[in-house]
Amino acid sequence: MAEKKLMKGNEAFATAAINAGCRFYFGYPITPQNEVPEFMSRELPKCGGAFIQAESELAAVNMAYGAASSGGKVLITSSSPGIALMQEGFSFFASTQTPVVAINVSRGGPGVGSIQPGQADYEQVTRGGGNGDYHTIVFAPASVQEAVDMIGKAFEVAEEYRNPVIICADGILGQMMEPVVIPPAIPPVPEEDLPKIRPWAITGHKNKREKNSHNSVWLQQEKLEDYINSYWPKYDKAERELADWESTDLDGAEVVFVAYGSTARVALEAAEILKKEGIKAGLIRLKTLWPFPKEAFKEIGPSTKHVVCTELSMGQMMKDVECALQGKLPVSLVNRVGGMLLDPIDAAERTKKILEVK
Amino acid sequence: MSKKIFIAGFGGQGVLLIGQMLAYAAMYQDKEVSWMPSYGPEMRGGTANCTVCISDTPIASPLVTSCDVLIAMNGPSLVKYENMLVPGGDLFINSSIVQEPTTRTDVNVHYVDCIELAEQKIGNAKTANMVMLGAIIRQTGVVELNVMDKVFEKTMTGGKAKLIPANREALSAWGK
Repeated sequence: MAEKKLMKGNEAFATAAINAGCRFYFGYPITPQNEVPEFMSRELPKCGGAFIQAESELAAVNMAYGAASSGGKVLITSSSPGIALMQEGFSFFASTQTPVVAINVSRGGPGVGSIQPGQADYEQVTRGGGNGDYHTIVFAPASVQEAVDMIGKAFEVAEEYRNPVIICADGILGQMMEPVVIPPAIPPVPEEDLPKIRPWAITGHKNKREKNSHNSVWLQQEKLEDYINSYWPKYDKAERELADWESTDLDGAEVVFVAYGSTARVALEAAEILKKEGIKAGLIRLKTLWPFPKEAFKEIGPSTKHVVCTELSMGQMMKDVECALQGKLPVSLVNRVGGMLLDPIDAAERTKKILEVK
Repeated sequence: MSKKIFIAGFGGQGVLLIGQMLAYAAMYQDKEVSWMPSYGPEMRGGTANCTVCISDTPIASPLVTSCDVLIAMNGPSLVKYENMLVPGGDLFINSSIVQEPTTRTDVNVHYVDCIELAEQKIGNAKTANMVMLGAIIRQTGVVELNVMDKVFEKTMTGGKAKLIPANREALSAWGK
């Protein structure tokens, strides 16, 4: 096994992307993800890649659009308001089926908001702030190691589905250091092999094949409907194959927490506190936000009386949880917002109050 | 074993580095560890703090509202954070500059005059943070002192390697 390294989340994310074969990075500075562009500006040129600090997030996302359309493996990163500015690009990636991996190291919002960790981008990343019929595939890591592993997978999924994939990290994961094993480096596809491996890529036809073009303008609406229907099955496939979660101690649980990202670790500690006080508590941790792992909720047993959503938003994830539970159990929210963090002791106390008044 | 360590002081005192060194040492002892800095509009001379969690089992939340070990590198940090420490915990005070007395009587207080020791014993005031680190390690046993050789070897490479002897020596400057 490769050696463990102590790495800051943001630097580990960048290293993992390079090892997954990423050679193009475009970005604009924003806290709490600045170590990603800093690292990329230093390391990407060393391995023959291209780093550009764009003049804005909108420019960065469109540079990504160009590089990915021509077959490059592209990473873009930003934080909440920056990701908001990129939404036009995500819609265009989806429209032209262009694979790009993005990381949102999220912070408190709305607006410019705060620079401390937040999870109020749940709807932004899962619903898409861009226009039109599409989904972004969203992974939600809870540790630096899991983020690194998910980034490798994100590049594979983006390419397989020809769709944007977002890693939904947060300020804690970006800023904290944890021991991590970086997966071995995959060599990037040599330029001459690109037409074979990514036949859709705009690589120059040299009059030897039909030209490739990536176009998101469909002035004949019946053709656009046909086109949407032609790519939509991949989203059905994603819902069948990509939805992922982790369950802890659901057997006999009186209350089940639902959480994702670093907040899932807070929920796990809150569950431990409750257990010491004789209240059996379990946890469903979402590893994908879209597709939403609906199946996870079938694992909840008859002992469970209440489901508590712990998240750093006003209940954006809770809406999906309620939808998955279809009214079978009461659902409550234990949250902090605006960049304030949930404390495990506070989460346990608030959960006890919820159980008392049920 | 599970320890939550909170280190606070001025920016530039090596507060974040003390935490990182503890985190590296814990990792090389195959323990679970997390290091989380305060971040924000920070500047030299402003406040800085970090949290290190070291455990034999996976670490749930990397953030803490109470801690087992508190290091106050300056006065304002002592005043602001002393109530975070659990009863019976270890409180390390940088007595070179902290004038304020602690109000806690239910904790083990260790006064470390790390700046004087660094100047007098090591001849380099910049090693004051390593003097404090040595005090923490030898007093709490949260990591093993001999692991620090490996930590220095791995983190101080190239031009920084020449600083290893002074830093190693600084770890033993406090106490007997």
